[in-house]
Amino acid sequence: MKLSARRIREFVIEKLIFLSGIASIVFVALIFIFLLREGISVLKTTSLGSFLGGKFWYPISSPAKLGILPLILGSLLVTAGAVLIAVPLGIAAAFYIAEVAPKRWRTILKSCVEVLSAIPSVVLGFLGITVLVPFLKNVLHLPTGLTAFSGSLMLAFMALPTIITISEDAINAVPREYKDGALALGATHWQTLYRVIIHGALPGIIAAAMLGIGRVFGETMAVMMVTGNAAVIPHSLFEPVRTLTATIAAEMGEAAKGSSHYFALFAVGIVLFIISFAINLTADLFLNRGRKR
Amino acid sequence: MNNERRRQSLGFGVLLFATILVIIPVLAIVILILTKGWGALSWQFLFTMPKEGMRAGGILPAIVGTVYLVFVSILFALPIGVMAAIYLSEYAKDNALTRTINLAIINLAGVSSVVFGLFGLSLFVIFLKFGVSIISGALTLGIMTLPVIITTTREALRSVPRSYREVSFSLGASRWQTVRHAVLPHALPGILTGAILSIGRVAGETAPILFTVAAFYLPNLPTGLSDQAMALPYHLYIITTQIPGIPETYRYGTALVLIGFVLIMNITATVIRSKTRKKK
Repeated sequence: MKLSARRIREFVIEKLIFLSGIASIVFVALIFIFLLREGISVLKTTSLGSFLGGKFWYPISSPAKLGILPLILGSLLVTAGAVLIAVPLGIAAAFYIAEVAPKRWRTILKSCVEVLSAIPSVVLGFLGITVLVPFLKNVLHLPTGLTAFSGSLMLAFMALPTIITISEDAINAVPREYKDGALALGATHWQTLYRVIIHGALPGIIAAAMLGIGRVFGETMAVMMVTGNAAVIPHSLFEPVRTLTATIAAEMGEAAKGSSHYFALFAVGIVLFIISFAINLTADLFLNRGRKR
Repeated sequence: MNNERRRQSLGFGVLLFATILVIIPVLAIVILILTKGWGALSWQFLFTMPKEGMRAGGILPAIVGTVYLVFVSILFALPIGVMAAIYLSEYAKDNALTRTINLAIINLAGVSSVVFGLFGLSLFVIFLKFGVSIISGALTLGIMTLPVIITTTREALRSVPRSYREVSFSLGASRWQTVRHAVLPHALPGILTGAILSIGRVAGETAPILFTVAAFYLPNLPTGLSDQAMALPYHLYIITTQIPGIPETYRYGTALVLIGFVLIMNITATVIRSKTRKKK
């Protein structure tokens, strides 16, 4: 009798464990379903083509114009700028930390990177507004410092921890024999680095860059605070832009529930969800390829 | 050869320079907030209500709101996250379901924080009729932080040596008994690390709470889970962008309280982790 009570308890616990195991799948599905539930109604007022490709985002004029092309381009521009800065910088720093830095420094540098990843985005946005934006305005003689470039700088900084830690893992995972072999053949440490180790670590480094891009694309608070939020098609890095994320964060509070504006913001959320899904899927493929080899 | 030597020092120099470019701003940020915010810190700042349209007084309601959110979201996410990790590490076979779970975790970790906000608004606030409330915000934050808890716990479970499990099985213990008595106790520090890291993360997030719980200003402290609440990160956002004429020290002070809380959590997690590593 005592045994069966234990059996029952174990049965219940193991069922709970299984349910928790699949909870992540359930939550991802719920996110998609509940975005769709509200967002699909945007198609009542606009076609898919004029939603994704429309050049004007005037959500509260009448009739409302709900084209998110300026927002997509804004997000792409800011992301591209951030990636150009963060990817080379992050990979170089990862190589330094993993291969060159003396052991004691390695720990210190890694904790600095960890501190950076822990700083909340709203704090970075606050510093962006109070320090970076006025600085860029003065140095570059711009009419306003609230530009795509400020956003790119901010975001590059926020993507760095992701890029550095994942690249570093990839570099450390390169089999020791590769390195020893190259050194034994008389290659210098530097030659070993950029001729041998970089090849072994490449899939992981690509995954790191992709995850960095994903982080940048979805970032909200900092980018909303420093990019000036002008929902027009951008022509250069030194103009105000508005990203997909910032649009949702800035406008949802004012959009009346059930209005076409409200539905459109959920539809923007669907776009973001699908893009981040695609980025993460690709990054995962690269990570698995790196592990299998 | 000499040429190669020179090239090596040049290459390493470039790598070092890149690293310095990354590290200097981090130190600058921490030092700037510390020096400029320190002057604002006082008992009055931490433990009284805001006054004069939040231009004076303290930030108590924002602190209380954040503590509520952290507490409730971890209470929700920790059991689910730990059990999910137990499933993945101890029960799951290498099949399509497990791969789908892993993919879902990666995606959950990658979804934009503002999309979590929309989801929380749609599911908790509107569909389940929780309204704009602490419970809506905390559940949203809890789901968002699940991947952190799952991955750190899974790492902790996997680092427990296989032989522990084998010994337990050979003594006739069931799978759950093995997990409960031979594996979990050794993984506890790792699980704690994950929990503390996600506390830091939850405390600093703004976008998920924008539409689910955050209030611009409330004259009273929240009394229950169905109340709206102010929160530190949202408070910093509005006093930075929405209200002109706030003294700079007040802003830096708020930023310092927020970043101080998050960093203390992180340092605690790091200390626990390095202590347990040394023991092994």
